[in-house]
Amino acid sequence: MAQTKEKKAKKNSKKAGSLLEEVGISEELALDLLRDMLLYRRFEEKAEEAYAIGKIGGFCHLHIGQEAGAAGCIKPLRSDDYVMSAYREHTQAIAKGVPPRAVMAELYGRADGSSGGKGGSMHIFDAEHRFMGGHGIVGGQVPLATGIGWKIKYREEDTVCVVFMGDAAVNQGAFHESLNMAAIWNLPVIYVVENNEYGMGTAFSRVSTTEMVKKSCAHGIPAHVVNGQDVLETYASFRDLAEEVRNGAGPQFVDLQTYRFRGHSMSDPVSGTYRSTEEVDRAKKEQDPIALLRDILMKEDLLDSDALDEMDGEARTMAQDAADFADASPKPDREALYRNVWAEENEHGRLFFDGRDR
Amino acid sequence: MAVMTYREALNEALREEMERDPDVFLMGEEVAEYDGAYKVSKGLLDEFGEKRIVDSPISELGFTGLGVGAAMAGLRPVIEFMTFNFAFLAIDQVINHAAKMHYMSEGQFSMPIVFRGPTGAALQLSAQHSQACETYYSHAPGCKVVTPGTPADAKGLLKAAIRDDDPVAFMEGELLYNFKGEVPEDDDFVIPLGVADLKREGSDVSIVTHGKMIHVALQAAGKLEKDGIEADVLDLRTIRPLDMDAILETAKKTNRLVYLEEGWPYAGTGAQIVSMIQEEAFDYLDAPILRVTQADIPMPYAKNLEMMAKPSADHVVEAVNKVLYR
Repeated sequence: MAQTKEKKAKKNSKKAGSLLEEVGISEELALDLLRDMLLYRRFEEKAEEAYAIGKIGGFCHLHIGQEAGAAGCIKPLRSDDYVMSAYREHTQAIAKGVPPRAVMAELYGRADGSSGGKGGSMHIFDAEHRFMGGHGIVGGQVPLATGIGWKIKYREEDTVCVVFMGDAAVNQGAFHESLNMAAIWNLPVIYVVENNEYGMGTAFSRVSTTEMVKKSCAHGIPAHVVNGQDVLETYASFRDLAEEVRNGAGPQFVDLQTYRFRGHSMSDPVSGTYRSTEEVDRAKKEQDPIALLRDILMKEDLLDSDALDEMDGEARTMAQDAADFADASPKPDREALYRNVWAEENEHGRLFFDGRDR
Repeated sequence: MAVMTYREALNEALREEMERDPDVFLMGEEVAEYDGAYKVSKGLLDEFGEKRIVDSPISELGFTGLGVGAAMAGLRPVIEFMTFNFAFLAIDQVINHAAKMHYMSEGQFSMPIVFRGPTGAALQLSAQHSQACETYYSHAPGCKVVTPGTPADAKGLLKAAIRDDDPVAFMEGELLYNFKGEVPEDDDFVIPLGVADLKREGSDVSIVTHGKMIHVALQAAGKLEKDGIEADVLDLRTIRPLDMDAILETAKKTNRLVYLEEGWPYAGTGAQIVSMIQEEAFDYLDAPILRVTQADIPMPYAKNLEMMAKPSADHVVEAVNKVLYR
């Protein structure tokens, strides 16, 4: 029987000093988390702006409102731990160490992008930082992460793999097949559902009769509910979970409860037929992870408005720098078109059949 | 040369490559304790242990994706499908993930993985278990496709596939597992991908084919010989990379060609080959190229109907006579 740990959302009225102490987070770290989330917010706003004027094309899914799901989940990890995600992954890549410039240049489709402009918004990869993508098929990345867990165990390493998915992904067979295998082989994988309540425009409650927290029960995988708007709780949970998994606790499942402040993608409405404007406004007002942490830190006199303005100014500068860098980066050259289709072009035989000059 | 079955040749290839490289492991349904549904992995569990010879749950999508992720992280998985008929459940992981990963990441992640198992029809297994699946994989850039027809080719090509840094769909023949043939005893017998093999030489007509259909082609060539017709039988061995030089060479030599394949005609491998020959050797052709394929229907169960549906040596002889205007 799976154990289920439920952690209630912390009340904002609680004293911050004691709260930081309770979760074992230093003042300095708390300020860092705020700094990180501000960067993610400003980065995504910059991407939004660039999309609006046509500098970014295709699908572009923003993480605005869900920043704690990048800072809180990834910052506690080691640099050699693996992170994999779906397509709302810009900020998670940055949290894992991918330079914001490389992420923005990828969104712009430029040569200096993390995939040389060939992946785009949904396919950020960085082998050096062990950011394993950036995948565009709902749930498709979940078996891949299970395979990374397999490799960690096969090579007897002490790293962990954290994989993110949206709430809609748990209805894919890929999810259940993966959890079953992770359980029978005790793989070091943390399966994180960024549960923002809606799979595109479909409320989770309309496509599942069981609660999210129960989704891993059938596989005997411990489930954890984490308030994904509270970055301190998220950080503490992932710090502890990663350590447990590193020490052989086996796969874990996290229902990271969060909320998306924007539409599913840049081409989708923020609200409308599937959720009301009031609902979104209420969440923005009451559940903004940045504002929640800011208020805690200010209440405890760890932050004043000048320091906040300075911090925010730095975040805006970095986001602008990323955009300027992307703007100045060259478009991929003609040679890039056929490059890296194959890792190994065999000595014999033809691999390309379009009859074009390469 | 040693004489062994196609099954034993595959088993040897797996054993040798696993001895050579500790990152190679085999995963699939019934591959370990049961010794493989077709006994290809016989004895390997005893030799390499359960860490490297792994029985999976019946979760084609799941364990295929696990292999893809493991390959991304640096291992060299061999994923066995009990048959490629079951691999449709996993094709998202092969096409959308394995085949595209290297390109999407601009070369940061390679995908040294082999997906192997039997393809095509056996005997009276009816529609869902009797289909040739090559073209589903050869269609996608980023995925190599290998179809050995003899024990020697099975061994040499599987070793090459395991060593290749790209995903390879390695498609065997269920009816070939007991087929015996000579296999070089060389310790490191590897057949490079992309090299076709002229299985029989003739000058009147070319029968080009791949996989287990080479045996049908050779049978047809035997019949034609009695009639004074000498056929080149060219075995492609790998569909991608494709040995276009060898195809053009035989086309230019005999000027008349028949493509034989086990799969369906529409957008089949033969369709691709015909298109390329007419683009690159049109002036050498003395007749339109004909294709012999499975009947364009799901495979029926009844023995007589199944025999009618499968491409046969008689179908090939008939097509050859047409391209020779006899």
